[in-house]
Formats: sequence, C-alpha cells, structure tokens
Amino acid sequence: MNLTLNVWRQKNTQDKGGFKSYQVSDVSADMSFLEMMDVLNEKLEVQGEDPIHFDHDCREGICGMCSMYINGKPHGPQQTTTCQLHMRSFKDGETITIEPWRAAAFPVVKDLVVDRSAFDRIIQSGGYVSVNTGGTPDANEIPIPKKIADEAFESAECIGCGACVAACKNASAMLFVSAKVSQLALLPQGQVERKERAEKMVAQMDAEGFGSCTNTGACEAECPKGISLTNIARLNREYLSAKLTSENV
Amino acid sequence: MSWITDTLTSTIGRKVLMALTGLFLILFLAVHLAGNLQLLMNDGGEAFNKYAYNMGHNPLIRVVSIGNFVFILLHIVVSILLTRRNKAARPVGYKESAGASNSTWASRNMGVLGTIILIFLVVHLKGFWFEFKFGAVPTVDYDGVSFKNVYLIVQEAYKELWYALFYVVSMGFLAFHLSHGFASAFQTLGLNHKKYSPIISGLGKGFAILVPLLFALIPVIIYIKSLG
Ligand code: HEM
Ligand code: SF4
Ligand code: FES
Repeated sequence: MNLTLNVWRQKNTQDKGGFKSYQVSDVSADMSFLEMMDVLNEKLEVQGEDPIHFDHDCREGICGMCSMYINGKPHGPQQTTTCQLHMRSFKDGETITIEPWRAAAFPVVKDLVVDRSAFDRIIQSGGYVSVNTGGTPDANEIPIPKKIADEAFESAECIGCGACVAACKNASAMLFVSAKVSQLALLPQGQVERKERAEKMVAQMDAEGFGSCTNTGACEAECPKGISLTNIARLNREYLSAKLTSENV
Repeated sequence: MSWITDTLTSTIGRKVLMALTGLFLILFLAVHLAGNLQLLMNDGGEAFNKYAYNMGHNPLIRVVSIGNFVFILLHIVVSILLTRRNKAARPVGYKESAGASNSTWASRNMGVLGTIILIFLVVHLKGFWFEFKFGAVPTVDYDGVSFKNVYLIVQEAYKELWYALFYVVSMGFLAFHLSHGFASAFQTLGLNHKKYSPIISGLGKGFAILVPLLFALIPVIIYIKSLG
C-alpha cells in the first residue's frame, strides 16, 4: 500500500504547530498502525529529519498510551487502541489525517504526544482504597455476588487512554471518572471512602478543565474497552447522593 | 451554603439543573398542548376563551406559570454557562472530526437547537402571551359574561402563511431538541436501568414526534380553514 499521511507537527507546548504531509510506500496490510509509523520515522531519521513523536508502550492494547486521532476518530476507524489497529483498515492511496488528542486538560507536549497527568491527579484525589492490605486474603473471604464482581470488573477495564475525552465534543472526562468511581463503589472494599471519593474526583475533574456531559454517547462508541454509559449514570447518582448525605459542608 | 453552591456549580450539578428544568418544560409542553387543541373545536372559540380566562385567573396556575418563566430562564442561563465551559475545554479543535459516526446530530447541536427555540419563544410570547395580557383584545359574551376573545387573535395570526410556517418549522427544531433531551435528562439524574431505560427512550422518541406534530397541526389547520 502507498499512503499519504497528514500529521500534526508541533515542536513543544508553546509552538503553534501545523500539519505536514508525508508519503509512505510499500506498507503491508498486516502491519499495525504504529509499525507503519515506525517505518516512516526510520525513513525520517535516515533523511536527518526529526521523527514524529507519539506515545506508545505495551503495543498490546492494555496500557492506553497510544493516543492518536486518526481520520476524525480516536484510535482510528476501529473501536480499539492504535497499537491494535491494522493497516488493512485503510485503502491503498488513502490520505490519513493524524492529530493529537485535543483538550485544554491534555496539553500537547510534542507532535502527537499529550500530557495526560490530569487523569493521574483525578485518581490521586480519590481513586483508591486506603486499607492495609496485609498478606493475600483467602478467596471468597468477602462474598461478592458474581454479577456485581463482573460489573466492577467491566468498569475496571478502563485503561485511562483518554479516547473518551478526545471523542467528546465537550472534552468531558465523565466516562473515565465514572469507570474509576464505579469499580470501587460496586465493591465492599470501596465503601469506606465511597462518598468522599465521588465528591473529590468530580471536584478534581472540574478543576482540570474538562467539559460537562451532554450524553451524546460518543465516548462509549469510541472507548476501546467498551466502558458503558451506565457508569456515567452511576457517577451522577454517586455524586448527588454523596453531596446530599456526606458530612462535608 | 458552600456545599450547596459547590454542588450546583459543578459540571454534574449544572447538568442536573438542566435536566430538572428541562423535564418541567416537557410537562408544561404537554399541558400547553392539551389547552391549545381546544383551538380546533368547532365552537367559535368558546372553550378556548374560557380556558384562557381560567389560566389567567386561577391562583395556582399563576404560581405555576411564574415558576415556568423562572425555569425557562434558568434552563437558558445554565445552558450558556455549560456551553461556554464546554467550548473552553477544547480551545483547539480537530481538522477532521467524524462526529456523525458516534453520536446523533441532535445530541451534538442542543445549543443551536435551544437558541432557535429561544427565538421562537420570543416571537411567540410577544405575539400571543403579551397581546392576551396587555393588548387591545376584543371581547365576546357567553351567557351574558364578557370574555377576552383571544381565539380571534390566534385565528387572525395564523391566516398569515409566513406566521403559520414559522410555527411549523420551529416545532421541527423542538422535535430534535426533545429527541435527545427527553432521555438525556433521565440519564443526567442517574435514572438508568436495564428495564426502564429502553421504555424511557421509546417514550422520549414518541413524545418528541407527537407533541411538536400536534402543536404544528394547529396553525396548519387554522390556515387551511382560513382559505375558506
Ligand atoms: C420548551 C422548551 C425546552 C424544553 C422542553 C427543553 C428540554 C430540555 C431537556 C429535557 C434537556 C436535557 C437535559 C439533560 O441532558 O439532562 C435539554 C438540554 C438542553 N437545552 Fe433545552 N429545552 C427547552 C428550551 C431550551 C432553550 C430555549 C435553550 C437555550 C437557549 C435550551 C438549551 C439547551 C441546551 C444547550 C441543552 C444541553 C445541555 C447539555 O447537555 O450540555 N433549551 N433541554
Ligand atoms: S473510559 Fe474507555 S476511552 Fe475513556 S479512558 Fe477509559 S478506556 Fe479510555
Ligand atoms: S501502546 Fe499500550 S494500549 Fe496501545
């Protein structure tokens, strides 16, 4: 395959940045999208040009680093991560536009790399359970119904990739925050800090400058882990009941 | 106070205000429609004129109508605050965006749809509500009691093709606002359930089609009747 790539290049956070066009030839349909980018970067390095910076780590769909907005969608045309996207999803001769995640809370560091530490700060504000864990507890020591365990597990599948923020017209982080609040709110271990968690994580989400939720559902449609909107409804319930009943005035 | 203001100015709190005021407006639309359908009765306007009189004089209705104005204003003010925040959350936009592949058009354009509804509301309130209350309305006698003949004003207004059309088109935009807003309000309030969400969603779609359609039918029928 021969492709034209329209890639966002930006030297640093202050730089204005702009699109630059590149030709890549002899791309195999079996390559992953990141491998295709590697091929282009090797060519750029040989030519003495600055390679295109992008985030990646596991390359197996579990770390959530590979943020790229491809042809108008986070992680491109498939509902998966960029590292799990293959070139067979594209046509020979196609022009592919690649942009960084766009959100005030995710400033561009360089080219396609954005700073997602806003997510880390939201987790730090309450996305944890503070108990001494001690040794490994016996399985089934705390009985949890299978259905609840499954639900909590599904919420816990969120890999913090930020595709929900990237897809949302409001750059809202509600799907991410709702998954992180849900995974603990559903389990007995999460009850102690339940109210405080919902209050603090929403406050931090707002302080980071993410938008509000219009319930368009774009996040759910683009989430590589299939995190569902029911999490957002649960977050709304958790937050409201926490605000109404907690002792924090 | 601080926890109250904290809650109401948070993104979720603001959305809850949108949902509660929106649901109240939905209820209002249903009641308003039931009243307006009396315009289609073949009684020379007696039922509608008496209904309009009661609406203006029942103390309970007057309290509710003041509440209605307050809620519309609140819905509008909060929608502006939210829209500004949401725009600020993405200062640099995308060159290419495939929004149509992951969300409905109405859900992405609630602000635009709301603004069009607002323009309609201003024209509508000026043309009818203001006229009924403060205009020189002719009177009509039923059993020796004199009533304002607001029915006549409506008939006169819809004789104008552009005016009738303006109503019909506006109701189309309302339909889109409701097609997303109805179910969205329940999700905002956290009311999501495997059993009930599909029913709410279905009711919402039905409401979004039926209510604006019946509203739009009134000027259409009056216009056609006026042609003789
Ligand atoms: C009869 C008139 C109206 C009704 C019945 C109505 C109803 C609703 C409902 C039920 C929602 C969903 C709330 C939610 O998602 O939780 C909504 C959202 C919205 N409305 Fe209205 N509305 C009306 C008029 C207006 C007007 C006049 C404006 C603005 C000038 C407006 C602007 C908005 C906006 C921007 C949203 C989306 C807020 C968001 O989710 O970000 N609406 N409306
Ligand atoms: S909710 Fe989905 S899209 Fe959002 S950060 Fe988690 S895995 Fe990524
Ligand atoms: S590189 Fe880890 S998810 Fe893509």
